[in-house]
Amino acid sequence: MNGQLRKLPLTGLLLLLVLAFLLDISAGAVRIPLHDIFRILLAPSPGDDASWSFIIEKIRLPKAITAVLAGCGLSVGGLQMQTLFRNPLADPGVLGITAGASLGVAAVLLSGGSMATIYAIKELSSPGSWLIAGAACVGAGGVMLLVLVLSGRLRDNVLMLIIGLMIGSITLALISIWQYFSNPEEVKDFLLWTFGSLGGVTGRQLLILGVTVLTGLVAAFLSSKMLDALLLGENYARSMGLTVRRARTIIVCTTSLLAGSITAFCGPIGFIGIAVPHLARLFFNTSSHRVLVPACCLIGTILLLLCDCISQWPGTQSVLPINIITSLVGAPLVILLLVRKRDLNVNAYR
Amino acid sequence: MNAGSPLLYAKGLQTGYHPSGKKIVVTSGLPDLVIGSGRLICLLGANGSGKSTLLRTLAGLQSALGGTVEVGRATAVGGEMGRGGAMELADCRHLSPAEMARSISLVLTDRVGGANLNVYSLVALGRYPWSGWLGRLDQTDRAAIERAIVAAGIQDLRHRKIHTLSDGESQKVMLARALAQDTPVLMLDEPTAHLDLPSRIRLMRLLHHLTREMNKGILLSTHELDLALQVADEVWLLQTAGPLHKGAPEDMVLEGVFEAAFAGEDVVFDRTTGVFRISPEGERRIRLAGEGTIAFWTRRALQREGYVVGADMRADQLVRITEEMGATRWILETPDGSRSFGSIADLLRALAGVRKD
Repeated sequence: MNGQLRKLPLTGLLLLLVLAFLLDISAGAVRIPLHDIFRILLAPSPGDDASWSFIIEKIRLPKAITAVLAGCGLSVGGLQMQTLFRNPLADPGVLGITAGASLGVAAVLLSGGSMATIYAIKELSSPGSWLIAGAACVGAGGVMLLVLVLSGRLRDNVLMLIIGLMIGSITLALISIWQYFSNPEEVKDFLLWTFGSLGGVTGRQLLILGVTVLTGLVAAFLSSKMLDALLLGENYARSMGLTVRRARTIIVCTTSLLAGSITAFCGPIGFIGIAVPHLARLFFNTSSHRVLVPACCLIGTILLLLCDCISQWPGTQSVLPINIITSLVGAPLVILLLVRKRDLNVNAYR
Repeated sequence: MNAGSPLLYAKGLQTGYHPSGKKIVVTSGLPDLVIGSGRLICLLGANGSGKSTLLRTLAGLQSALGGTVEVGRATAVGGEMGRGGAMELADCRHLSPAEMARSISLVLTDRVGGANLNVYSLVALGRYPWSGWLGRLDQTDRAAIERAIVAAGIQDLRHRKIHTLSDGESQKVMLARALAQDTPVLMLDEPTAHLDLPSRIRLMRLLHHLTREMNKGILLSTHELDLALQVADEVWLLQTAGPLHKGAPEDMVLEGVFEAAFAGEDVVFDRTTGVFRISPEGERRIRLAGEGTIAFWTRRALQREGYVVGADMRADQLVRITEEMGATRWILETPDGSRSFGSIADLLRALAGVRKD
């Protein structure tokens, strides 16, 4: 009976996913008819409009793929953190990884006059954003190592959560100091980065992001059983034969990989990581991570694709930052769903 | 496996904590402790006497400061336990967490709230040490889950969400989870706390039944001395900064172990009934004439008021229980005359009035 109940939302969501993906590719300032999009995607020929092919292959398709990767990665990262810390408010940024990436980027963008503005960096095409991505990776990696070293010394997951929050707080304070002593132009560049962007990840960057996120997702799926055991808290998990410290290290590594790489290439994208796990539990009515991990991928992808569509509202030339749209559109949606279906008790972790 | 053959054996155990290099001993000088198959053992002790620490140490949740814990290594899979020869004991430090989890299952006081778990999924988690690397359940697992659900009597709860359960239901579900783990030893940390009296008795009866039917060795910590005395095959009495007494509960009552352990000005252990009384007996004496249930409860009420109650003692007050037209009457006879009451409450009110005069 359970299986059949699950199939219904699954089919609907898969359809929605395809729709959202196509919608995202067709959305944008230049209007390209849907059958032309199909032709360019499925059977490219030299007769195609060159600018349309360029727009789809080099801009919209990579952006849609980035949205898929970021949607999956952030949602699964959030799910892992919520389960590990048994806290419905946890998200992938809870360990300070996102803040670490921001610190890396701040170091580059705010390090004084020698560095070009983000627009110049973008004009210089890849080398510039490699610099930002690299700096973000170093920042996120540094915080992750710190968290891992500390996590090895702790028995308790709640302490881990508090320490993660503290590290994030310290990192953000460092960034604030840096901003305080920088000139307004540089601060604006940094601010633009914090708005997040799914565009601009192409070619080799997309490959790297893809490999990292897929690795993280596979690792998360293989951790399903450990995550299930952690639902009952550490003591029960231990009594069922789970080595809690090792499980925590694996989960922290996986989430860091996911959140770190996505933040490095796309900037901080909020909301997805905290909301999607709740939606996945709501739609699939289960607690089994074997189901929830793929479910989070599915829902996270759809949500981020739709947000991306909205961010480039048809008919307008301007593009709103993705980080704003995810919160502005996503939050009311989640509130609506939670209020309508009250029997999902998100707050019953303890 | 014969009833009573050892499933867990703790030698010279010292329990406590290791916070930041220091060593804080909670209990030392423990005698050798054995959990035998088919035995229900109650671990009693006052708050703060180290019951939970001892239980957690025996279960391997925290390491012992000294001594060893040996557990029977489960060799058979799913339901085959309890047959075959005696179990081979192995030092739990040499066992992997998964092997430990196949030998000992636990019911803890930790709250298990939510994350959208339903009862079946929670019981299924008990199969964790047996199931495959992704947690898939096979035929054996499903059979074990079904047996556990039936044994704990939670068939009707199967599809309920955990956070909608009452305390009593929740405790039974956690017990079912431990049963699904299919271990020879089962340990429960204060399983009767938060339960109402009938639920407590039902749970204890269920545990007693499990030791007899499934031949499990069960250790539970509890504050319920009177319940423990009724169902336990063995009692371990842990005292703050004192030795651990163990033995059959009846022997311990007769030897006066409980009186010595819980001795205090305001609490009295009544050896004849096996229960604690709140206030000590007073100086006032009263005679009670009557038998059976009504007399028993009348005696309890009088004792609560501080009377020494006796059937044939010399006292100037006498309570007689009679029946008039199908209704019970309490007749209070004093040197001033006799009065009749329709309830114990009225009787007590009158006695209080007499005392004031």
